[in-house]
Amino acid sequence: MADAPQIPDEAEVRARWGAFAWTKENAEKAKAVIARYPAGRQRSAVMPLLDLAQRQVGAETQTQGWLPVPVIEYVAAELDMPFIRAYEVATFYTMYNLVPVGRYHVQVCGTTPCLLRGSDDVMAACKNRGMVKGKTTPDGLFTLTEVECMGTCTNAPMVQINDDNYEDLDFDSMARILDDLAAGKSPKAGTQNPKRHTSEPEGGPTTLKDMVKANHDYRKEW
Amino acid sequence: MLADKDRIFTNLYGFQPWNLKSAQMRGDWDKTKDLMKRGQDAIIEEIKASGLRGRGGAGFPTGLKWSFMPKEPRADRPSFLVINADESEPGSCKDREIIRHDPHKLIEGALIAGFAMRARAAYIYIRGEFIREAETLFAAVQEAYDAGLLGKNAAKSGYDFDVFVHRGAGAYICGEETAMIESLEGKKGQPRLKPPFPAGAGLYGCPTTVNNVESIAVVPTILRRGASWFSSFGRENNKGTKLFQISGHVNTPCVVEEEMGITFRELIDKHCGGIRGGWDNLLAVIPGGSSVPLVPAAEIMDCPMDFDGLKAVGSGLGTAAAIVMDKSTDVVQAISRISYFYKHESCGQCTPCREGTGWMWRVMERLRTGDADISEIDTLYDVTKQVEGHTICALGDAAAWPIQGLIKHFRPEIERRIRENGGALEAAE
Repeated sequence: MADAPQIPDEAEVRARWGAFAWTKENAEKAKAVIARYPAGRQRSAVMPLLDLAQRQVGAETQTQGWLPVPVIEYVAAELDMPFIRAYEVATFYTMYNLVPVGRYHVQVCGTTPCLLRGSDDVMAACKNRGMVKGKTTPDGLFTLTEVECMGTCTNAPMVQINDDNYEDLDFDSMARILDDLAAGKSPKAGTQNPKRHTSEPEGGPTTLKDMVKANHDYRKEW
Repeated sequence: MLADKDRIFTNLYGFQPWNLKSAQMRGDWDKTKDLMKRGQDAIIEEIKASGLRGRGGAGFPTGLKWSFMPKEPRADRPSFLVINADESEPGSCKDREIIRHDPHKLIEGALIAGFAMRARAAYIYIRGEFIREAETLFAAVQEAYDAGLLGKNAAKSGYDFDVFVHRGAGAYICGEETAMIESLEGKKGQPRLKPPFPAGAGLYGCPTTVNNVESIAVVPTILRRGASWFSSFGRENNKGTKLFQISGHVNTPCVVEEEMGITFRELIDKHCGGIRGGWDNLLAVIPGGSSVPLVPAAEIMDCPMDFDGLKAVGSGLGTAAAIVMDKSTDVVQAISRISYFYKHESCGQCTPCREGTGWMWRVMERLRTGDADISEIDTLYDVTKQVEGHTICALGDAAAWPIQGLIKHFRPEIERRIRENGGALEAAE
């Protein structure tokens, strides 16, 4: 249990988050989420609602957001399920933050396909800015986490920062992205390789070249 | 090489918009009603005849899987289709391209497949980290509803069908079908014992079929062009086209749709600009995502990339995600990192996996630095054999196989490290 999250002080957290409730907008969203599942199966909505709650906490704290215990209790109550069942879910899945994180949650993928393409350099660029794995920088700007495969292996190495992916990275492009974020700018998401659009081979696709310029309909050639 | 006109995912790279209007111009949602008019059994027979095997890794015949669903679902026990978009296998990144660039192929496939298996609704379980991809998928589903292609009287077929999107939250294990069902029910994603199989009792205890994104997304095209068209590609028992994903030490990594059974050499030379440093610089390849054993250079070079071809070299097609390693690779580190992945992703339900994945990783780390005894290689191999096959789901097997592959093919390298490390110690004394 060495890497178990250290749950922040209960009383303090309760004072801050005990009165958590959906914003008007999120209350609508929560209703729509619950409607996706059959009547009586509202527990299925626990994952999307925890995510929504984390985002609301994030919006209130100007961070990626996290899940204080009273917030999990609120979600559990809304779905009429025992707190421990919701807490179980929150601790099982890695995307729920159980401790506060910074403005930007920098999640560097370090699994083998990224490792082979230089994720160590990406990690070095983060460390070079004073970031430490599992910690938030003192200015509250960045939290660094090494994560497992994010499913963008042909654009390795990559990092996910809050909701956006940055792909085909190296030390310099990673450093530039962090600089931009720190300066309040929005760097371009997706591939950082100027010779790529998405997941096609660098320098242009070897197949489906007609699609590059126009929405080609191949049915005429069937 | 497969001709462009025979590629199913024509907007794979997203050069054109994903939206309904553009997708329809490419041929999606074209007379879907007529496809459904053929009848449920005829659709299942057509898919069976096409030779389509599940694209999520296990390769189970898709049409056969659908035929296990009840022919007359009871009103109080509706059937469900669950689409597995929890793409998390290291090396795999094909479903993401389908979802963000060609989502309507998936949604149309969901309707047709759901209709064929007499399901009431489909849940698309998309991995949580695909945040932007999920946004596209939500929007695409909404477009389909707005156009009357889903919901009551879907696509004017007279059949009522809903498609819902469910986002995961970061757990590799939810790619296992019963864990996915648990997760959809709002629980921890821990796999269930089988039987009962999902076709008997799955989501909410109702009959359920879980299919991979790619398996579902190819269905409309197969029906439009016919089973014989699809089965004209690839070898017997390994039919069709497939999205290959090549990562690692090639000059231009990419996702590309190719004919099943294309040789590894042709795949790399045509689409990936060759191996970094040339073919002589190739060390080994993990051909089907991290769960399958690696294959040394000499055996993989001219191997056909399909289920049977890769089985013959002691590995598997998996998700067709080739992780290529050249001679600069620290192969023990590469496999050790995969072991760490499985340690991280073990759900903790079965003891051999929960304890074994951590143990195997710790030994792998010592083998990486050479801080071990030669006899420990056999001990490690023995432990992988004790984990394999002794867990509820296949994650235990998936954690064991890469290590077994490493020991089988690179034992001299591991021994060399141990000897050199030991030699250094002796010299220091």
